[in-house]
Amino acid sequence: MTARHRKRHPVADPLNTPREEHRREAAVPSSPVAAPAPAATVRNGSDKKRGGFANLILHIHPRQVPVAALRLDRTLGLGGAAVALFFVLVATGVLLLFAYEPSPASAYGSIQALRRDVLFGDFIRNIHHWSGNLLLVVTVLHLLRVFFTGAFRPPRALNWIVGLALLLLGVASNFTGYLLPWDQLAYWAVTISTGMLDYLPLAGRWLQTLVRRGPDIGPATLATFFALHIAILPILTVFLMMFHFWQVRKAGGVILPTADPAGPRPAMMPVSPHLTRREGAAALALLAAVCLLAALSDAPLEAQANPGMSPNPAKAPWYFMGLQELLIHFHPVMAVFVLPLLAVAVLVALPYLRYDGPPSGRWFHSPRGALLARVAAGVALAVTPLAILADEWLPGLRTLLPRAPELLLDGVLPLALLVAVGAATFALLRHRGFSLHEIVQAFGAAGVVMLLVLTTIGIFCRGQGMALVWPWAGHLPPP
Amino acid sequence: MNEQPQTPDAPAEPSRRRWLGTAGKILGLVAAAEFAGVAVAFLWPRRSRRDEEASATVTCGPVDEFTPHSVTAFPAGRFYLVRLADGGFLALSRTCTHLGCTVPWDEAKGRFVCPCHASAFDIAGDVLSPPAPRALDLHPVRIENGVVRVDSGRAIQRQRFELSQEVYL
Repeated sequence: MTARHRKRHPVADPLNTPREEHRREAAVPSSPVAAPAPAATVRNGSDKKRGGFANLILHIHPRQVPVAALRLDRTLGLGGAAVALFFVLVATGVLLLFAYEPSPASAYGSIQALRRDVLFGDFIRNIHHWSGNLLLVVTVLHLLRVFFTGAFRPPRALNWIVGLALLLLGVASNFTGYLLPWDQLAYWAVTISTGMLDYLPLAGRWLQTLVRRGPDIGPATLATFFALHIAILPILTVFLMMFHFWQVRKAGGVILPTADPAGPRPAMMPVSPHLTRREGAAALALLAAVCLLAALSDAPLEAQANPGMSPNPAKAPWYFMGLQELLIHFHPVMAVFVLPLLAVAVLVALPYLRYDGPPSGRWFHSPRGALLARVAAGVALAVTPLAILADEWLPGLRTLLPRAPELLLDGVLPLALLVAVGAATFALLRHRGFSLHEIVQAFGAAGVVMLLVLTTIGIFCRGQGMALVWPWAGHLPPP
Repeated sequence: MNEQPQTPDAPAEPSRRRWLGTAGKILGLVAAAEFAGVAVAFLWPRRSRRDEEASATVTCGPVDEFTPHSVTAFPAGRFYLVRLADGGFLALSRTCTHLGCTVPWDEAKGRFVCPCHASAFDIAGDVLSPPAPRALDLHPVRIENGVVRVDSGRAIQRQRFELSQEVYL
């Protein structure tokens, strides 16, 4: 890493500026006195010209970027969108702090008062709500962009893991914020989600008591979630975000299709204004979209939390619905512990596999890789709902092995089946001459579609008593 | 010993310095563990024995008020007092053993049905249909001078219903 960085350095320095940059800065004389350090001289001169804002931006961005990196289809602006949403969340969150009272007795009332008495109270709360949910969507899309352009591999391996940690912080922030209104939705979603902790082997009950700070959700839980939500998680996020940006620069910016080394050097453009204006426009468009959403659609607020009455159906927050759906089909230890742990381990290990060659930097690596990923996604889209229906309606293994333990039937056997099918597919694809990168990508595509299907079914197709229903029947009032 | 050529800039680390360095690192880790322990202890739920005992015992009423094969809810104690057909008493926690939802008693069907994931329990708290992994938790029941009292502060986990769990007059 260090050697690479040192080697790159002169290229990034203004000495090597292409023509446009030279023309813009021709008026700045470079002093012959400072000949031993000409780079510093040029930087000083241009800094004076650029002013504070550009200087600040140039801590995050390099002075110039390849023209190819400016194209929207390189990044889809997703990382930038996440940053913009984070700032919107901080701004609206700080405003909400002035209205919110973090105790079970007054939390719900303070939200009601905010909605009733405060001018734009609802609007600010809605912006916070929609930005928080959009942030998760945007972060996951950003992760998918990085994955499908091959940017998770070295030299970006560490940054991939930092990104995963940031996603985790995003989920934790959203989840801790979920409890704060202290309505039925909040109370039971958090009860169910923390109830899942009980199934972790060994330390599960201990961890649950620590998170809830007691046997049930109570005043101490609210105090804990509030502290995490407004202080600890945002601070961690800011630090990790800065590290994330620094790592992007260290890796030489956005991943680009590998150019012919013998060909001409890629055309460069100054970041200010070409990239900064694009980023500004994208952020403003996003802000407009969030404001529109907030104006049209209210954040939910149900009846005040009532520990004596679970609503039917009681559901986890939408981003845990995939997990809750797994919990319906698998043994809890499997759904809550083994599968998520496996998924995290695979995600973390992903950059460090022995791939055949460097990433191409193209979307889906190669035309063949794109085709394979599409096929894998299609198969997952077809198989997942069928598997859910089969589990719901077919008699299952229980009829064959009436005395077998739950963990074997709902845990070990399905896992063994999944692993066997995966291994066979892997061997077959390898035999057909697909590269490891293409195969990993195909599995990734299948995994994402599976999670998406599970989440969609959990949100829209689970009615009373978590029975399968048509999406349009799910929201009817109980008979 | 020193077969490898050594430059004067990088002499072999004296063993004392290396030992101190290692000891320093270990002490640092111990200190970090201590701080982590202090933080966990700080966050651990506070518990005052006296408060608990005073507030946790719920006086349900005289034995005769509860007919055999009946379920009575005590929302303040978060439990159901059940009198089984043979006259024995059980105090069932109302918290589902699956994910912690509150299970209501369905009088018509004669079973507890969890609204969250459709687990069902019979009148003694035994699992009738999964995903609940075990029977509803119990609270200790005492009958003193013909009056039923339940210690709602203490929950007893169990796998299934057994006759020995019942409390008789």
